[in-house]
Amino acid sequence: MLHLILFLLFGAFCLAGAVNLLAQSHPINSALSLIVVMASLAGEYLLLGAEFVAIIQVIVYAGAIMVLFIFVIMMLNAGREEVTRGSRIAILLGVPGVITGSLLVGWVLLFHANTVSVPIGAEHGGPTQIARLLFHEFLLPFEVTSVLILIAIMGAVVLASKPEAVAKSHPPQPPKEVPELVGAGKEH
Amino acid sequence: MVPLSYYLVLSGILFASGVLGFLIKRNIITIFLSIELMLNGVNLSFVAFAAQWHVLSGQIFVFFVMVVAAAEAAVGLAIIIAVYRTRETLNVDQVNLLKL
Amino acid sequence: MTPNKYLWLIPMFPLAGAAINGFFGRHSSKRAITAVALTLCGASFGLAVLIAAGFSSASAPYYFDLAHWLRSGDFQVDFSFYLDQLSLVMMLVVTGVGFLIHIYSVGYMWDDDGYYRFMSYLNLFMFFMLTLVLAKNYLMMFIGWEGVGLASYLLIGFWFTKDSAASAGKKAFIVNRIGDFGFLIALFLLIKHFGTLDYPALFSKIQPLVPETAGVGLLTSIGILLMVGAAGKSAQIPLYVWLPDAMEGPTPVSALIHAATMVTAGVYMVARSHIIFERAPSASTVVAVIGTLTALFAATIGIAQTDIKKVLAYSTVSQLGYMFMACGVGAFSAGIFHLMTHAFFKGLLFLAAGSVIHGIGGEQDMRKMGGLRTYMPWTFATMGIATLAIAGIPPLAGFWSKDEILARAFDANWVYWLIGVITAFITSFYMFRLMYMTFGGDYRGGPAAHDVRHESADAHAMHDKHAKDELAHDTHGAPHHGEHGHGEPHESPWVMLGPLVVLAILSLFGGFIGIGDRFQHFLDPVFKAAAEPGLQEPVREAGENTREYLLMGISVAVAALGWFLAWLLYSSRPQLPARIAQHLGRLYTAVANKYYVDELYAAVFVNPLINGSTTILWHDIDQGAIDGTVNASADAARHISDELRHMQSGNLRSYAGWVAAGGAVVIAYMVWMGIR
Repeated sequence: MLHLILFLLFGAFCLAGAVNLLAQSHPINSALSLIVVMASLAGEYLLLGAEFVAIIQVIVYAGAIMVLFIFVIMMLNAGREEVTRGSRIAILLGVPGVITGSLLVGWVLLFHANTVSVPIGAEHGGPTQIARLLFHEFLLPFEVTSVLILIAIMGAVVLASKPEAVAKSHPPQPPKEVPELVGAGKEH
Repeated sequence: MVPLSYYLVLSGILFASGVLGFLIKRNIITIFLSIELMLNGVNLSFVAFAAQWHVLSGQIFVFFVMVVAAAEAAVGLAIIIAVYRTRETLNVDQVNLLKL
Repeated sequence: MTPNKYLWLIPMFPLAGAAINGFFGRHSSKRAITAVALTLCGASFGLAVLIAAGFSSASAPYYFDLAHWLRSGDFQVDFSFYLDQLSLVMMLVVTGVGFLIHIYSVGYMWDDDGYYRFMSYLNLFMFFMLTLVLAKNYLMMFIGWEGVGLASYLLIGFWFTKDSAASAGKKAFIVNRIGDFGFLIALFLLIKHFGTLDYPALFSKIQPLVPETAGVGLLTSIGILLMVGAAGKSAQIPLYVWLPDAMEGPTPVSALIHAATMVTAGVYMVARSHIIFERAPSASTVVAVIGTLTALFAATIGIAQTDIKKVLAYSTVSQLGYMFMACGVGAFSAGIFHLMTHAFFKGLLFLAAGSVIHGIGGEQDMRKMGGLRTYMPWTFATMGIATLAIAGIPPLAGFWSKDEILARAFDANWVYWLIGVITAFITSFYMFRLMYMTFGGDYRGGPAAHDVRHESADAHAMHDKHAKDELAHDTHGAPHHGEHGHGEPHESPWVMLGPLVVLAILSLFGGFIGIGDRFQHFLDPVFKAAAEPGLQEPVREAGENTREYLLMGISVAVAALGWFLAWLLYSSRPQLPARIAQHLGRLYTAVANKYYVDELYAAVFVNPLINGSTTILWHDIDQGAIDGTVNASADAARHISDELRHMQSGNLRSYAGWVAAGGAVVIAYMVWMGIR
């Protein structure tokens, strides 16, 4: 009973955050809503017994990734969203598609999936067990992800650096290209 | 005792919300946030199934998803910055030079 | 049947000649070309004579299987050659007259640029004609049949740069093809019902069949279809229209192909198929009627022609009608006899006409001739002999053969005989008319041409209506004989006169072969052995001899009457023809315009076909449907891609929309599969 209440509580927070993400027009509000979603998801994980994952979710996801998002939002000074005429297709095809897809899946899950009820803290994922798995069976993926992060760092640095900084560290390239593009952007 | 399907339904709703956000929103950063929402929904279902089958690999996989999400967020935001520098806009509808 | 391993060489020699001259003649000297062509044709003739000399009726027929050809289930056809008395006669005629005409052509075509081509085509024709005559089965005959049609096309259109010649060649080939269609259907029927096309095998299967007297049975159909083919090849009604146009070709071609040999292929074919015709009385009647009507019809047209070659062309059609009349009443040997004598005198007539044309520098209009007997005595003499022969004046060759036909026709039905006699009268008339206009009186042509008033009076009434005729034959070839230009008419060289003399001798004495039924008895093994007892010719009773002499007398009288009338109108009182023409008015115009048959065919068949093809086949189907389909599919592809390209809008959200929609479809499908 308590399990169900807690589940519903955290679930409500999740959904509220998700809906708010969609509803808000300023990206900073959406980001903050997403943080709420992640926090409540951490709660859900705890209910399922995944302690380590829950903590990591809070530390890494909500604490690092979302912070990165907020940094970027603030750096770019993103304002309220303008209402521009977007893609009709997205609205006409995409939204009904998503809704029907999810409804179908939901219906299948609720009435035709033979899933069992899980007790609270069903699979205990403490650090020891996680570490044992991570460094035994999943060692290779672990190492590969570290390489992946390295590449991501380098890529982010290169992509986000100012053009002059890149030009200084590379042989000189015709500088005229960039202003033209910027100008072209302005024309729109 | 909560049936597992409830968790899965929640996960599905989160995923659907993410897709909806992707479709509806015009600010590129908000779209990225929707992507993160999608990934979170998927993480939840991984953990739920790990609980059902009593296999810890599900939770391990969540780690990897998180790593990928982090890398993707980093690189994606860097791209957004680069695009913003040239196009002076965060509106995804205005970045359509690749049309036929 | 005994094998004879030299038979296949007879067609092959000229084929080799055609190939050598065809491939290498362009850069060879004229002497070399002549040597090749004459040697190989002569070799063929020589071999034919040798074989004929050693021919013995006891061991006949001879055959030779050259190679396998078709095998289809039970049906088989080989490249086989066959020689019996009938093919022997044909072979000698073809090689003999052919060789003479080759010699003549050397002189006639020497100055032509396409000399090597001409000799090559002539040899090619000999090959095909000999294949036709020496074939052992109908399919080999068909090869020869089609091949001579091809050679005819090539030779009629020899001066292909001239529009009228090219059109005439086409016309000949196309009209021939119409006849060939009938021939082919007949062959199909033969294959279907008898399973073989080989003469001995096929005829032995037909032998025991009963004559079809009631209605149209299988043999009647085959007979009529064969006659359709023969009508096309041998220029009978209704497919004769190509032969007068074929005079566009050089005169040796007219002599060889359109007088002596190719056009007789139809007669040979009917004679070869006599077993079929003897058992299909209706078909025989059709043959006889067509032959008789054609004989009369063509003769009437010949009266009003002013081109010397056209007169001879219509005369050929008419004489072929006689041959078919003979075959139609069952007198096959008489028909073949007339074929032989006709080859002599008609070949001679054409060659002599060529000599005349050559001698006066290319003029073919008889109204511009006249008085040539002093300039060309040898041509005059030989042509005179041929004219006597064709008119049926005894004791020349034509008399014996024509009289034989008329006598047998009388036995069958006196109407045939009557029409034949009338035709003989007309034949005699127009032939002597030709002689008087060409050789009699004074020379009317060239730069020393006399006033129009002195010309033959036909011209007065009809001169503008014959403009078409005059344009059609202009010069007798390119290049013109420079040195003969506008000089006096002159006799031809001996290379051309030699064959004339030989043929004149044959026309004089060739008929004696038929006296006392010797010729007929020679052909008996071919025609008699298979005839139905009831269809055999009646044994001559005693009283019939007087009847026969009476008929002979009538035909001679009629020929003399024609001669007299021609003398009267063209020698003694030359102003009469014009007055007669004016009196006859419309009738004369119709005859002079060949009864407008060509115009009728053009209106009924040719123009609707051309218009139909242009509008329906070309515009509607080819441009509209086929091109339209191709263009439409290209347009459709373009339009579809035009619509589809909007999917790539560069807009991120629309891409996401498509993905979401696609994902929903996949999910729905998976749920549905799971439910089932």
